[in-house]
Amino acid sequence: MAIVEGTPQQSLVVVRKPRSLFSEAFRQLLRNKLAVISGIFIILLILTAIFADYIAPSGFAEGRLVDNYAQPGVEFPLGADFMGRDVLSRTIYGARVSLSVAIVAATVSLIVGLVYGLIAGFFGGRVDDIMMRIVDFLYGLPILIFVILLQVYFKALDRSGGTGFVGLIVGINDRLGGLFFLFVAIGLLNWLTMARITRGLVLSARQKEFIEAAHAIGSSRFRIIFRHLLPNVLGPCLVQETLQIPGYILLEAFLSFIGLGVDSPTPSWGIMIQEGYQALRSSPHIIFAPAAALTVTVLAFNFLGDGLRDALDPRQRGN
Amino acid sequence: MFQYIIRRIIWSIPVLLALTVAVFFLMHAIPGGPFDFTGDKSIPNSVRENLLAKYHLDEPLWQQYGRFLWDLVQGDLGPSFRYKGRTVNDIIKDTLPISAQLGVLSLALALIIGIPAGVLSALKQNSWIDYGSTFVAVLGLSIPNVVLGPLLIWIFALKLGWLPAALWGSPDRMILPTITLGTALSAGIARLTRASLLQVIREDYIRTAHAKGLRERMVVVRHALRNSLIPVVTILGPLFAAILTGTFVVEQIFGIPGLGKHFVNSVGNRDYPLVMGVTLTYALALVIANLLVDIIYAWLDPRIRYD
Repeated sequence: MAIVEGTPQQSLVVVRKPRSLFSEAFRQLLRNKLAVISGIFIILLILTAIFADYIAPSGFAEGRLVDNYAQPGVEFPLGADFMGRDVLSRTIYGARVSLSVAIVAATVSLIVGLVYGLIAGFFGGRVDDIMMRIVDFLYGLPILIFVILLQVYFKALDRSGGTGFVGLIVGINDRLGGLFFLFVAIGLLNWLTMARITRGLVLSARQKEFIEAAHAIGSSRFRIIFRHLLPNVLGPCLVQETLQIPGYILLEAFLSFIGLGVDSPTPSWGIMIQEGYQALRSSPHIIFAPAAALTVTVLAFNFLGDGLRDALDPRQRGN
Repeated sequence: MFQYIIRRIIWSIPVLLALTVAVFFLMHAIPGGPFDFTGDKSIPNSVRENLLAKYHLDEPLWQQYGRFLWDLVQGDLGPSFRYKGRTVNDIIKDTLPISAQLGVLSLALALIIGIPAGVLSALKQNSWIDYGSTFVAVLGLSIPNVVLGPLLIWIFALKLGWLPAALWGSPDRMILPTITLGTALSAGIARLTRASLLQVIREDYIRTAHAKGLRERMVVVRHALRNSLIPVVTILGPLFAAILTGTFVVEQIFGIPGLGKHFVNSVGNRDYPLVMGVTLTYALALVIANLLVDIIYAWLDPRIRYD
């Protein structure tokens, strides 16, 4: 609301439509050109991943050995890899892996971290103390060891098959080209930061009057946590999670590079970079497409995340 | 302060122990053993059983862990199952210095480039220098090691032939791997320094210093910089962890005979003693690094008192 000052007889009150925090932030975000470009790119990337079957010239596993290391040309716009598979098609399908890792890992990490932080922050005291000690303890451990251990474990499980529930999970993993266990490993081991942030936010939100009011009218604890605290905490948490996404994508590429990621022939940009690296001397063209795709995607998520954070936090804008 | 250090060291022992327990039992939970060779390398069952018995792998898990602890206390990390005739101590002794060199050099590079870049960006905010270096910083953060490494090799080793592509030892071999690992780090440090200095510059005491007539350079270096470095020091801990994970990839790309290769391969090889040894080494390095960071932090900021 803007109040136009004038003499008491003339003062007007101009009423503007009330804007919510999110629409304010959205407008702010739109002013950040880099973020907007990145956002558009990511949307296009998602569309490419969804419609990969229609966009890609050939399947990601089709290849004739006789074509191996073919140079870019009419038949293979970006060349062919060591098994004669079209690089362009595999790069397009690779978007699926990176994007799904980003989304699933972010979701798992967000949910686990949110719930943990909400509980710790809400109950406070002893409960909070113990829960945060656990987080501190886990924070100090080199996570990568466990990611590697889990991945090797899952892959060995994969190979040895299994019955019942284990067999079911292994089957799902196979259908997804080795992605399922990867999602689980990455998402489960990255919730710590989210838990810490959520807890901090909950601790400060807890003091506000509307929480006291909710208590006063007799809302159950469950209701207070999920109906009142959660919506207030969700905004900054979502932004924080978006900032973690580049890390997930890079982690997947890194794991695939060292052979602990997706199963062949699923095309992951990480695996493609590994194959391209091995042929770097003789056929350098293989590595370009996945390398560029990976870099630009991570860049886009970085810019978008930065934009989101700046939009929601006025202090970050340097002026 | 001294008491704090002692307390920290004592507290880290159960943490490390818990880590060894977790890794040990998770390792043994993975199907397959160190001597499950197949194909033309396969060994008769009787031989395998003998090998298992020799390395006490047929004993109950708790007993094996007890053996591990007992040997550990005496400083013996055991033999390697994969590299016959070499002990884990030997392997670590050979490879750790190399990885440490790579890590330290990369960190030095990151600090030497990152901090001045961040400072410059903050002092000349919203100028072309600022936008330019911020963009380069985000670029540096986004290009993964797996991309930057091969890219640098392709440009400088294959195409231009200026620098060797692999291995370690002579200074010119150290350049490309250090740049690969250090770039992302320096970008992160530059961004953080910039943000931090921007906040510090607006503080009242800086304005007082200007009002007193101090030269700009004096104000920045003596007053602003020291305070703005505090957030940078706080992330040095996680940064160190990032360096450790970064060395895996860089060592693999450049064929550097460091510890990272063993870290990844030993799990797949089910080389239990090597896994434990390497894990402990890394965890210990992290603990020491975090402790050093906290000490530097306390030294930098007199308001911090660890009591």
